[in-house]
Amino acid sequence: MKNFSGKALFLDRSDINTDEIIPAKYLTEITKKAMGPHLLEDLKMDDFDPATDLEGISVIITKENFGCGSSREHAPWALEVNDINLVIAPSFARIFRQNMFNCGMMAVEIAEEKVNDMFSKFAGKETTVETDFDAKKFTISAGSESIELDFSISGFDESLVKAGGWVEYADSNY
Amino acid sequence: MGKTTAQKIFDTHRIDSPSDGIDVINLDAVFCHEITTPTAIVDLMERKKDRVFDPSKIKAVIDHVTPAKDSLTAEQGKVLREWADRQGIEDFFDVGRNGVCHAIFPEKGFARPGYTIIMGDSHTCTHGAFGAFAAGVGTTDLEVGILKGICAFHSPETIRINLTGKMPKGTFPKDIILHVIGNIGVNGATNHVIEFTGPVIDEMSMEGRMTVCNMAIEAGATCGICYPDMTTVEYLWPFIKNEFNSKEDALAAYKAFVADEDAVYAKDIELDISSLKPQVTYGYKPDLVKSAEKMSGEKVNQVYIGSCTNGRIEDLREAAAVLKGRKVADSLRVIVSPATPDIYKQALREGLVEIFMEAGCCLTNPTCGACLGMSNGVLADGEICVSTTNRNFNGRMGKGGMVHLASPATAAATAVTGTITTADQL
Repeated sequence: MKNFSGKALFLDRSDINTDEIIPAKYLTEITKKAMGPHLLEDLKMDDFDPATDLEGISVIITKENFGCGSSREHAPWALEVNDINLVIAPSFARIFRQNMFNCGMMAVEIAEEKVNDMFSKFAGKETTVETDFDAKKFTISAGSESIELDFSISGFDESLVKAGGWVEYADSNY
Repeated sequence: MGKTTAQKIFDTHRIDSPSDGIDVINLDAVFCHEITTPTAIVDLMERKKDRVFDPSKIKAVIDHVTPAKDSLTAEQGKVLREWADRQGIEDFFDVGRNGVCHAIFPEKGFARPGYTIIMGDSHTCTHGAFGAFAAGVGTTDLEVGILKGICAFHSPETIRINLTGKMPKGTFPKDIILHVIGNIGVNGATNHVIEFTGPVIDEMSMEGRMTVCNMAIEAGATCGICYPDMTTVEYLWPFIKNEFNSKEDALAAYKAFVADEDAVYAKDIELDISSLKPQVTYGYKPDLVKSAEKMSGEKVNQVYIGSCTNGRIEDLREAAAVLKGRKVADSLRVIVSPATPDIYKQALREGLVEIFMEAGCCLTNPTCGACLGMSNGVLADGEICVSTTNRNFNGRMGKGGMVHLASPATAAATAVTGTITTADQL
């Protein structure tokens, strides 16, 4: 199973699309590793610089409809090769969400008010997310402040994470 | 309790429900292109599973960058080409015979009512125009589709969008779908199928229905669906005439995939389009839509007419009707890309190509290139394009470029003046 804990990056915008996560001009690459340096390269936000702000990040916390647009699985791959295996948001685009679990990664939906609460408590601070996969619990902390958050994923998604992805699961089950 | 079209299709294809609300279905077709398939092929080879579930159900095309623009894209084409040959995939469309996937596959009769189709391309929802369940997927889903002929989906919930009234003169299917997306938002149909129904759809051609269903993904939808009817049968007849004794028989069989009257919908939306005006997008999301006349006068650097949304023969006719006897403004350049070789040939026969060339347009071979800023019409930083494509994301057609989505008629009128213009304003 992949690592789902570590330093968090807050991206305070909804509808971040897969063209912003990995621009189409890099889709001519055949290896996942080639995506690495270009993660979120086209995301234009006042307080975000992909060249410096992704350093050491393991978790992204963001707003609704993350991963909309193109179906490119290069988006999860660009995250994966940067050791980011967990994205937390109020909602995801269907294909992106499925691609994450298909790769044994996690796109976890958390109610909007709780995500907003996380933003107001932790955004801008050095924040870490600890994931207890078996207990389905996140512990989010910065300095002395800490909150626990239960999450749920479907039994099928859980099987994909444990199996390491959909190819492994499908091959052993069908 | 009645069923929606997607529920009926799932009922005939479900092989497992591994957890609550998840269905694994078998697939009637897996479509492939050279951008998202090679990674799946390479992975299957590394896993020592280089095989396909059924070569006759796999269709492949080189369309995103064609002819290859550099060594990397040449390699992608090569991986796909050699794989198609090795696996005995007969329906492979190489350079010269290739077209934009969501235009050429329907043209070949590969999308049928009741089918389940996946492709590693978000605009696969286009094929729902035939009363099929067709969904864009990532490379892993594609890989399993190729290997096993199956895919997992959430059990489909459906939003019905009933389009009433009469299409005003000067508006087109593109204006309708932009208007719909503007209404429900880019997240308005996430995890849902959209059924497009009503008199407006009933009177629409297959080309128009494909334009509408094509952009269902821009509202987040898994698939856009139109019910199969006589228009569907007429379009498919050359491919199905040996399967049925008559068109009426075909229609009767396909009616099995029309939703029941008492089907249950997550949402029921009615839009009267009688007073619709030509639409255009104004920001970096496809739901930022307004009447084109409100944007009139805005300077444009490039016009692009083509893509899986609007590169079909009706679209070219619509644009040519505006450009006939007129010239492209000196201040901009116009690129026209017929979506398939057959569309290109038809445009030649009808004299459309001559109209475009006399006006000063550049005609390219069929390709997706410009739509996603990969080739054949990439924008420079700060440039503005009125485009008949489907996405206006920041940088979509080139880093720092701005895209305004519009119908072919509006794009053509803009080509004449150099600023955003509707055909009526000329």
